[in-house]
Amino acid sequence: MGEVFAYIKHAQGVADDSALELIVAAKKIAPGASVTAVVTGSGAELDKVCNEMAAIYNAVWKIDNAALAYPNAEVVRKALVNILPADSIVLLAHDTFGMDLGPGLSIKMDSAFAADIVGIEGVDGGKLKIVRQEFSGQVSTHVTCDISGGAVLNIRPGVFQADDTKFGGAVVDKSGDAGDLSAKRKFIEVVEAEAGDVDITKSEVLVSVGRGIEDQENIEMVFDLAKAMGADVSCSRPIVDAKWLEKSRQVGTSGQTVKPKVYMAMGISGSFQHLGGIKGNPFIVAVNKNPKAPIFQVADIGIEANILEFIPELTEAIEGL
Amino acid sequence: MEILVCVKRVPDTSENEIVINSDGNDIERDDLVYSVNEWDNYAVEEAIQIVDKVGGSVTVVTVGDDESEEVLRREMAMGANNGLLLTDDAFEGSDGKGIATILKGAVEKGNYDLILTGAQADEGAAQVGGMLAAMLDYPYASLVNLIEVGDGTLKVGREIEGGNQEMNEIALPCVLSIQTGINEPRYVGIRGIRKVASVEIPELSAADLGVDAGAIGAGAAKVKRVDYFVPDTGEGAEMLTGSTEEIIGKLIEYLKAKGGLK
Ligand SMILES: Cc1cc2nc3c(=O)[nH]c(=O)nc-3n(C[C@H](O)[C@H](O)[C@H](O)COP(=O)(O)OP(=O)(O)OC[C@H]3O[C@@H](n4cnc5c(N)ncnc54)[C@H](O)[C@@H]3O)c2cc1C
Ligand SMILES: Nc1ncnc2c1ncn2[C@@H]1O[C@H](COP(=O)(O)O)[C@@H](O)[C@H]1O
Repeated sequence: MGEVFAYIKHAQGVADDSALELIVAAKKIAPGASVTAVVTGSGAELDKVCNEMAAIYNAVWKIDNAALAYPNAEVVRKALVNILPADSIVLLAHDTFGMDLGPGLSIKMDSAFAADIVGIEGVDGGKLKIVRQEFSGQVSTHVTCDISGGAVLNIRPGVFQADDTKFGGAVVDKSGDAGDLSAKRKFIEVVEAEAGDVDITKSEVLVSVGRGIEDQENIEMVFDLAKAMGADVSCSRPIVDAKWLEKSRQVGTSGQTVKPKVYMAMGISGSFQHLGGIKGNPFIVAVNKNPKAPIFQVADIGIEANILEFIPELTEAIEGL
Repeated sequence: MEILVCVKRVPDTSENEIVINSDGNDIERDDLVYSVNEWDNYAVEEAIQIVDKVGGSVTVVTVGDDESEEVLRREMAMGANNGLLLTDDAFEGSDGKGIATILKGAVEKGNYDLILTGAQADEGAAQVGGMLAAMLDYPYASLVNLIEVGDGTLKVGREIEGGNQEMNEIALPCVLSIQTGINEPRYVGIRGIRKVASVEIPELSAADLGVDAGAIGAGAAKVKRVDYFVPDTGEGAEMLTGSTEEIIGKLIEYLKAKGGLK
């Protein structure tokens, strides 16, 4: 098996949570092997992250270049292809950056690619056995990935829980090997999300609505329930895509991170991108007409029901208290 | 602008409960309702809107079997000008890289300025667009939620974490993977479908595409699904049962205890 690397995402001199998760995943793939953190960027912030990673990983490869100040996937890919040995096993977080970088990197490294890995069962005869999900988490699959010629492995964030194991290693400056970093895609700027009329990140109780609500007209009953409960209304992504509610109410990795005491998931299937926005271990109530919906695996209380009938009845009962 | 949009026929999860078959080697496919992958619909709509503004044409392409033709027709009813069905027994069992290799063959037979894919499909891999771009040596941006056409370049917005948007300038030709919400895909009625029912859709095989048989199909796939299974996820939720009245009674007690009612 080739050498094992983890690409460390960071911002403002702080490593992303995934940095601690990727080493846990890497040690499951290659228990005894040395795992090297690869950190790209520029200047003092980069040094700070490299030092932080040196306490945790067996080694750190630092790639300092002004062109890498913002992680443009095309530029990062060029640097990695120039620096990593052939047959490398490269771990990335399966987030918006890992999705941008991973597939193309695997082509340029001429190695295998496996996306959104949620479980690692081990390596047998050059084949890595992993667990994935299909159909937004409705079914799981075992998948083999031939890593004998190297691989890019995108690991789902939040699955491999960080532990306290620290290996500790030295920072090696690989900046001189980065090569030509010119790119046909140029980063311009990050436009921050607009604030909405309610700040759901501060709400203690959320009534959250998903595609199960079926029609824009039915959104009103969700507000009625929230009003009766003294809660705010949030939602999953399809509701925002359909423009039935504003983006600031979207819970999930590409929306808001909420930390309520109670979260009512009404007609939401429970995709990992949605659940990724729910923090602080709230009491989750899920109402869904499909008893196999993945949301029931993470909820505290589950109710198999049609929300179009259930919501008005619940509202009435609470109003009558 | 000549635009190629890659589309995939997938089981419609809003219409079906996905159940694993008794052998655990596939899902139950008998009563499944299929449709075009949700993300691909946004990609086709975006392509049509760009061509409406700056001229050109939209071609939709899929790698699949005879039944996949229906999604091409559906997207042509939306307004795509041409369809291409890439079909061959040799394609069977391809992994993401195999699919990208086949699509690359189709790209090279045409003269496209812009290639769109969906951000992800039913297997949640989000891989084909990025692979295709790297194979073609075209620039790539994933999770695109805004496109502005410039002169030989595009300004594209990428959706990143927290609802923020990353703006990039990207040279043409390029590949973009499209995120939902970028537009509002138009409705396709029965009449629209009927209008394109008899349009000829060319079928291309591995040989037609000049794709090396050794680079595609099950033989070339480094990534292979072994089985489907239901994970042991521990306890899961406590399911409330009884009459609706009883369920609501129990739920209200829980909500009171957990601070869910004010
Ligand atoms: C990069 C990326 C980022 C993403 N970011 C986010 C994000 O931030 N937030 C987010 O939410 N999603 C996000 N998504 C989308 C995510 O993958 C799912 O598509 C989405 O969360 C599904 O929303 P849903 O659960 O409302 O819809 P569905 O998955 O369609 O589920 C609807 C559910 O409602 C149930 N239902 C239907 N009718 C009824 C009824 N009458 N009564 C009761 N139940 C009913 C169904 O059984 C089903 O379980 C992202 C995707 C990508 C690729
Ligand atoms: N069989 C296929 N035929 C055509 N396009 C495909 C096919 N499979 C995937 N794609 C494209 O690649 C995108 C991402 O799919 P995936 O990488 O499988 O998650 C889809 O939205 C399609 O645009």
